Amino acid sequence: MSLAEFPLVLILAGLVGYSVLAGADFGAGFWTLPQGRLTDRVREHAHRAMAPVWEANHVWLIFVLVIAWTSYPTAFASLISTLSIPFFIAAVGIILRGSTYVFRSAVGTTRTGAAADVVFAVASIITPFALGAAVGGIASGRVPVGNAAGDLVTSWLNPTSAMIGAIAVFSGAYLAAIYLAADARRIGDAELEEAFRRRALGAAVAAGAIALAALPVVRDDAPRLYHGLTHGGGLACVIVSAVAGLVTIALVWVRRFGLSRVTAAAAVAAIVAGWASAQSPYLLPTYLTVDEAASPHATLISIIVSAVLAAILLLPSLSLLYGLLLGGRFDPGRTTDEQPEPRPVRIGRWELLVGLAATVFVAGALLNIFCETAWQRAIAVAALLGGIAGGFVLLAIPPEED
Amino acid sequence: MQALSLGVHIPLVCFGIAFPAILLFVEWLGIRTGDTLYRTLARRWSRVMISLFAVGVVTGTILSFELGMLWPAWMAKFGSVFGFAFALEGISFFLEAIFIGIYVYGWDRFSPRIHLLTGIPIAITGMTGSLTVIAVNGWMNHPSGFTMRNGQVTDVHPFTALFENSYFWHELVHMYLAGYIVVGFVLAGVYAWGKLRGRWGRYERTALVIPLTVAALAAPAQVVIGDWNGRAVAAEQPIKLAAFEGLQETTKGAPEHLLGWYNGSTVVGGIPIPDLLSILAYHSPSATVQGLDTVPPSDRPPVNWVRFSFQTMVFIGTALTFLGLWYLWFRIIRRRLPRTRWFFRALVAAAPLSIVALICGWITTEVGRQPWIVYNVMRTSEAVTGATGIPVGFATLIVVYLLLAGLVVWLLRRLARSPLELQPPAESVTPDVAR
Repeated sequence: MSLAEFPLVLILAGLVGYSVLAGADFGAGFWTLPQGRLTDRVREHAHRAMAPVWEANHVWLIFVLVIAWTSYPTAFASLISTLSIPFFIAAVGIILRGSTYVFRSAVGTTRTGAAADVVFAVASIITPFALGAAVGGIASGRVPVGNAAGDLVTSWLNPTSAMIGAIAVFSGAYLAAIYLAADARRIGDAELEEAFRRRALGAAVAAGAIALAALPVVRDDAPRLYHGLTHGGGLACVIVSAVAGLVTIALVWVRRFGLSRVTAAAAVAAIVAGWASAQSPYLLPTYLTVDEAASPHATLISIIVSAVLAAILLLPSLSLLYGLLLGGRFDPGRTTDEQPEPRPVRIGRWELLVGLAATVFVAGALLNIFCETAWQRAIAVAALLGGIAGGFVLLAIPPEED
Repeated sequence: MQALSLGVHIPLVCFGIAFPAILLFVEWLGIRTGDTLYRTLARRWSRVMISLFAVGVVTGTILSFELGMLWPAWMAKFGSVFGFAFALEGISFFLEAIFIGIYVYGWDRFSPRIHLLTGIPIAITGMTGSLTVIAVNGWMNHPSGFTMRNGQVTDVHPFTALFENSYFWHELVHMYLAGYIVVGFVLAGVYAWGKLRGRWGRYERTALVIPLTVAALAAPAQVVIGDWNGRAVAAEQPIKLAAFEGLQETTKGAPEHLLGWYNGSTVVGGIPIPDLLSILAYHSPSATVQGLDTVPPSDRPPVNWVRFSFQTMVFIGTALTFLGLWYLWFRIIRRRLPRTRWFFRALVAAAPLSIVALICGWITTEVGRQPWIVYNVMRTSEAVTGATGIPVGFATLIVVYLLLAGLVVWLLRRLARSPLELQPPAESVTPDVAR
């Protein structure tokens, strides 16, 4: 693997993370569509399960965008200007989804939430579709290099894009149903568990059927992509994905939800890898290769440094979050009632300390005005901030009066 | 469009910088003193924090789309220089999102100390996230760390460009203080409003005093840091400085006009204060200040925009400083809060004014840099997108943001009105009455 390809691996890993986690998040939104008798309980369950993690799920996209524009600026500028419409639609969808999450968390579960739920569901379908359509535009070679050089409409409204968008919507619904079924089992709600099991099977069959239907469409519309997916590494990935998908359906059938989460994620990862393999060595087929698009050496090194940093910081944090979530720590009723002992605070020699903080503050201010060198400046700013911190601690507890 | 999105995002960033630290202090007080009032307050504020953070996630995502969508040429050319900072920003944002989920949903699920610990990463990442973005802005104002060869960016040193930049540190300190000022005055303003409406108990008094103390201390410090910023601008971006006043010709002992209007060659209708601009820029009444006419008209920023927002920022900042000193005087000398209703009215006014000052400060630095997007290297017009349909997108975005703003106001009002749980739920499980 060359240096130029390394960020691409990060981007693909980020895309897998986004497809699996945010895909499930979008899918949970899909299941808040009105659906008869169970509607309210399904909605409630979907929201409760996703609320603590949706922000974290979502930031994967920011991660992908940031690495993309840093590592392959020309490619990023070209694709985001040509595909500005689907990205804009996705952005509006994300705004609406975020708003309804905030709305739900503040309002709780009341009847006033019904309209918001429909907005949420619609945004949850449009957003993955738009993003999938944008991917379709890239994969089918409709994004040339340049500032909005491609067709603004047909670059994402075309047969391949429509297929990939639909697959994105249904695979999200299927991932979400699996996660939610497992969650329902953990909190011991057999009826919901069964409801989500049936939804998972339905969505899996739909996603599989669309994937099969997509094959002839892609063959006619994007022969190069089709060739890549049916030969060599691309074919291997497609087979892995299909097998993992079938295994997942079987596992859901026999109610092994824990393991089916893993195989479902593997199916998504394999299809992303297959896409990358099918269009290699191009980043924007057939206009720009990965090597041509890559940033200068020093920037790529800095990205690798930040990627290592990210791995060190993010992986333990993420596993903590999901560990707590899957361990049921955020479930209703799991509370501790540990309370600290009352210990009144007395600050001795208050006047002296206030005088000291004020002196440090004023000295810092004066030094700031008259300093010349960087060192003096650093001391001056430190004194100023130190005075603020000291003064704050001394004055923060309000006086007992009135 | 970018301006609109940034204008919405910046006040939220302030809450990201300052709010978690204040919140954690309150929670720590609760643990240290065993007083459930602080815990209730921290809990209440954490609901506000996650609501604002969610909106921040949304506007931040939109911004990262827009950076690419609107300024493709800028990204393509310089992405390799400053993209590193955005990568770090992404990591910070990610960590913040993870821990904010754990923190807010973790009340009563962990021991108080562990819960406090889960909040610390939020405070740190809120700072580092904005730090890297400010680094990019500092770089745009004072580009360095790369070489232009035949219109191509070569010899890139991202770390030097961003963090060893002489334009980074003063912008950083200025912005952080601004964060504390805005958060402090906005929170204090909310409770001052309640006080004027007759809601005034120990809870409200605590909730007013803690943020107000932060803001009252930060506001006078900001005056000094602002002076540092002014000198740095004079040294590195003389044309921006000239635009603060509308100074046409290079002048020894340059005046500053309060108010007034720059008509293309001079300032009319203002109150001139002799030598003030020279003092601001170089601390000397006889210093020479470079005028606008040293560069061709096409290289000058829209002077009135810069002048007006600069003066508004300074004016509001000075007023907030006096308000802060008023408060500190009473707290230190009289050991109580001022009793007059005018003090609380002033606090209510200070809440929106602090945000106005923040946005004016941002306009000053960004519009003052025009027509350059990267100072003296790339023009804004060279960086903008070629895609059509921007006005349609712009209109949609305005509608969406209005909806979002309405939602936030509605939610915060609802949060404020919902009854206080002065007894935390954990205690109400084993009520004293039952024994």
